[in-house]
Order: sequence, then structure tokens, then C-alpha cells
Amino acid sequence: MTATLNPPGDTRRPEPDAPATSEKARRRGALYPWMLLAPAALVLLVMTGYPLIRMLINSFQKYGKAQIFGAPPEWVALSNYTKALTDPAFWAVAGRSFGLMAVLVVCTMVLGMGIAIMMTKLNRFFRLLVSIGLLLAWAMPPLSATVVWGWIVDTKYGLLNWTLNQITGTDNFTDHSWLMDPASFFAVLVVIITWQSVPFVAFVMYAALTQVPDEVLEAAQLDGAGGYKRFFLIVMPYIRSILLVTVVLQMIWDLRVFTQVYTLQSLGGISDQTDVFGTYIFHLGTSNLGAAGAVSFIMVVMMLVISIYYVRKTVKDEEI
Amino acid sequence: MSLATRTSGIAGSPPRAIKMAKRRQPPAVAARSTGRKFALGAASIVVFICSVFPVYWMLNTSFKPNADVISPVPQFWPQNFTLRNYVAVMFEPARPDRANFPSALMMSLGVTLTTLVICLVFAFLGALAVSRFKFKGRRQFVIALLIVQMIPGEAMMFTIFGMIDAWHLIGTMIGLTIVYLAGVLPFTIWTLRGFVAGVPADLEEAAMIDGCTRAQAFWKITFPLLAPGLVSTGVFAFIQAWNEFLMALIIMQGPGSYTLPIWLRAFQQATGATNWAAIMAGSTLIAIPVVIFFLIVQGRMTGGLVSGAVKG
Repeated sequence: MTATLNPPGDTRRPEPDAPATSEKARRRGALYPWMLLAPAALVLLVMTGYPLIRMLINSFQKYGKAQIFGAPPEWVALSNYTKALTDPAFWAVAGRSFGLMAVLVVCTMVLGMGIAIMMTKLNRFFRLLVSIGLLLAWAMPPLSATVVWGWIVDTKYGLLNWTLNQITGTDNFTDHSWLMDPASFFAVLVVIITWQSVPFVAFVMYAALTQVPDEVLEAAQLDGAGGYKRFFLIVMPYIRSILLVTVVLQMIWDLRVFTQVYTLQSLGGISDQTDVFGTYIFHLGTSNLGAAGAVSFIMVVMMLVISIYYVRKTVKDEEI
Repeated sequence: MSLATRTSGIAGSPPRAIKMAKRRQPPAVAARSTGRKFALGAASIVVFICSVFPVYWMLNTSFKPNADVISPVPQFWPQNFTLRNYVAVMFEPARPDRANFPSALMMSLGVTLTTLVICLVFAFLGALAVSRFKFKGRRQFVIALLIVQMIPGEAMMFTIFGMIDAWHLIGTMIGLTIVYLAGVLPFTIWTLRGFVAGVPADLEEAAMIDGCTRAQAFWKITFPLLAPGLVSTGVFAFIQAWNEFLMALIIMQGPGSYTLPIWLRAFQQATGATNWAAIMAGSTLIAIPVVIFFLIVQGRMTGGLVSGAVKG
């Protein structure tokens, strides 16, 4: 076993305190990294590993009124899962979460990519202007951003209603409530989240685009490839993997959105009709920990399935 | 086109080179490229305005007296500029049922800075371990870090709450700090690992040959070279903890223990739609440190992701 701890091929960093093949010294050398890792590993085991297992256990138990008054939870096998999966509310939440995610990913990627391409064609001044704007939107804390947008779409004094009245020349939008109706609630949500996530995509894709070697593009141009051909045949293959990683990250982030939905709900949304996974678990858990555990576990599994690509790609690229 | 006419106006006749260049270019192409330049400029201005406008609207509202904020016709700049909202938000006397800004600020600073310091120490040690040692389980540990990063805290909120509750740490700085520490550690170790790998191990070996112990070599050689890495990963951790909302919402119960985001939410609920000016002042105050820190590290935020993925 000790032989595998210090593989013979590892000549990069000779252990200074194990020059001879002293068994004891070698074992001590193998302990060093774990001593360094111990604090972080402990925090993660206790604060992520344990809650995850605890959640899994909860999801097989029943938490009702009796448990609030101290009765030990009852084992109910898969009942929480079957209940969750047969509950139309769960499927409504799942549909909303995935629908919202899909719309957000498409909006964010299209806008972000468009802005990135635009940035490659701008002169210094305009590129700086665009960068400053994007950076400000990106840097806003999600809560502040949601509150500000909530103010813009405010029923009584919001800028949006006033502007729409001006444009249409009517007063149709006076006291129009944007957050009461689920459709316009989600429209507002999409605007807020897209506004905040486009900058990341734009900056990443811009950085990726600048890595495409000019010589290759020039050569293609000399060979008579037009703009679209150059983009799809040369640029795309170069940036394909970073594009995929960005899409996966956006999917994960958009599925776990909580702050914006919760805040908009408290500004006037109806939570029954606007819950996504995060807020659904939040509202569910106050009454039924078991059911919340089951939904949480389903959510964790979905996230991990989606992130497989990201994790595998990162492991490969970084040669871990 | 406009450049040529202006030059000709000054010098009498356009310089030969410009004439030649203009003659060589087919008129359709010249018109198309001018049109394209104009369209690009216009598009960038649209992007700029769309990005900045909500931020501007927040600032604009925060500097108006409340009477102007609820005027039927919106004012696009503060006509009666005032700092009263900021003063009111910051120094409003504490009420028993409501959190005040200074206490929430202290709580936010306390939790964020404690998280930051402990996180950097733990992550530095962890990053050294995974990038300077070969050991059984290293690969697994790093992959586990990546996976842990993908597990949504939203899903574990109630079991984490249960643990903090069992430890009697609800509403305490320590309780929230522990939660945040676990939240930011994986990313911090992962990022710092890259920075440590960037410092050549040879430097440490040379120091060890000169008589340093391994620990001294790390401390004297690697640590100073890591300063930029520590700053930017630290800023990430700071922003994460400063902005965090959900866990603070369920763990920091009671006005005395609110962090700034929870304070803002409570403030908004208490004043409702009656005092948007003050709410915007509060939002601005929370955003200021984040905006400043974002400016410091913005280059690194995207660079790492791209350098890893483009070559593949």
C-alpha cells in the first residue's frame, strides 16, 4: 500500500524527509497532504456530506403534526417520492422550472453571444462602453437587482406603466399589476435574470472569440470563405467546448434560482402559481420535511446529471 | 466620407493618398462599411443603456425626496437632489420590531470577513495539498470538490437549518459563518489550486536545498507569490457571502441578527411601496462594495474558465 502512496514514477517532487526508503518516514510523508486537507475536508463532510445524507434519510420518513410535538419520525419507505411524483403541483413546479430554464438559457446565450461577436468588431471606445455597462449589470447583488426591477414594474408608480401609457397614448397601463399574472410575472423574471447573466456569457464568449487565431481566419478568407462560413466552419469548432460549458453552467444556475423568484413573489406574485424548485422546497419544508426531502433529492439528482458534462470536461482539461 | 470632406475643406484639396484609396474602393462597399460602423455604434449604445439603465434608475430614485418619487410623471433626474434617504436609511433609530442598518451592516461584515479569512486559510492549505503532493485519493478529492460545487444549497436548506438549530447557533454569526464557509470552500480551493500550480515547485525545492523546511519554503516562497490569487479568490468569497440570501433568511431570525440582504427585505416589507426612495438608497448601499470588488477581479472571472476550455 505504501508503494502506491509514493509511486515510483513520481520524480517531480522528491520528499525531502524520505530520502531513504524508511517505512515510517514514508508513511509520515503520506500523511502531510491529509493534514493540510483536514480542515477543509472536515467542513465539507460535516456541512455538505452530512446534510445530504440527512436529507436522504428525511425523504424516507414522515414528518407531520405528531413530529412537531416530539414524536420520532415514522419510516414510510418511498411514500414521499410517490406522493411528490403523483402530485400535480410537483409537475407544475418542474414544468415551470425547466420552462423558465430553457427560456433563460436561450435568451442569455443568444444575447450574450451576439454581444460578444459585436465586441470583437468594436473600436476601443465602444468596447469599453459596452464592458462598463455589462459589468455594472453583472455586479449588482441579485437582491438589489430584483428590488430595482420590482420598482420599475411597480403597479402604481412604476416607470414601465408610465412609459407604456406614453407609447400607446392611452392610460390602459395605469395601475397595471405585472406580478399578479403568472405569465407576466415570469416575463419580468426572465428580464431580470437575463439582464444579470448576459454579461458573464458575453465576457466569456468574447474572451473565447479572441483566442481564435487570426491567421486561420485570414487564410480562410483568402480561400474565399464568407463571413457565415468562416464563423460556422472555423470559429465554432474553436469555441464549441467553452460554449457547451457555458450552456451547462447557465442551465444549472437557472434551475437553482431562488432569490429573484422569492423576492418577486413578496413584491406581489402568487407563490402557488409561480413556484420553481427552490421556492417550492422552501414553502413545502415549513409544513412537511419528508416531502421537502424527497423533492430536494430529486433536484440534487437532476443537477448532478446536468453537471456531468461540466465535471468531466473540467477533469479532462485540467488533467486532474 | 465626412473625414474626407473636412480635410478637403481645410487643405483645399484632399491628399493624394485619400483620393487614391477612395477611388480604389467600390462605392457600394464604402457605403456598406459606413452603415455597418454606424449600426455597430448604435447597437453598443443600446446595449450600454439597457445594462446601465436599471442601475441609473436606482441611483436616480435614491436621490429624490419621496414626494418626487411618487409623482405621476417620472423625473428622469433628481430635480430636488437630496441625501436624506441615505441618512434616513443609515441612521434611522432602531425599533424593537425592525432591524436597523448599522447592526445589519456589522452582521454582514462580521459574517463575510470571518468567512473570508477562515476560507482563505483552509483553502490555501487544501490547495497546497492537492497541487504540491501526490497522494492516494487526491484525484477523488478534487473531483468531489467539483461535484460538491454543483449540489444546490437550495435543496439542503432544511437539513442545514436542522443542524444549526441542534447546535443552538440559530441567529448567530458563528452559525451563518459555518454555512457560508462550506458554501465557498470548494470554489476557493479549486481556484487557488490553479494559482499554486502556477508557482513553480522548483522554487520551493531550491529553498529546501538552502536549508528551509517544507513548511518554511511554502510560507516564505510560495505564499508571497500567491498574493494576487489570494486577493481575487478572496474577493469571490466576499461577494458570495455578502450577497447570500436564502440561508441568511432561514438562519438569521429576529431583527437583531439580520444580514444586509435580510435587512433590505424586511425594510421593504415594513415600508411597503410608500418609501421607494429609501429602499433604493438601501439597495445602493448594499451594491457599492460588490461593484467595487467586481471591478478589481473582473478580468479573472472569465479568464480562468476560458483558458481551461478553449484548448480542448
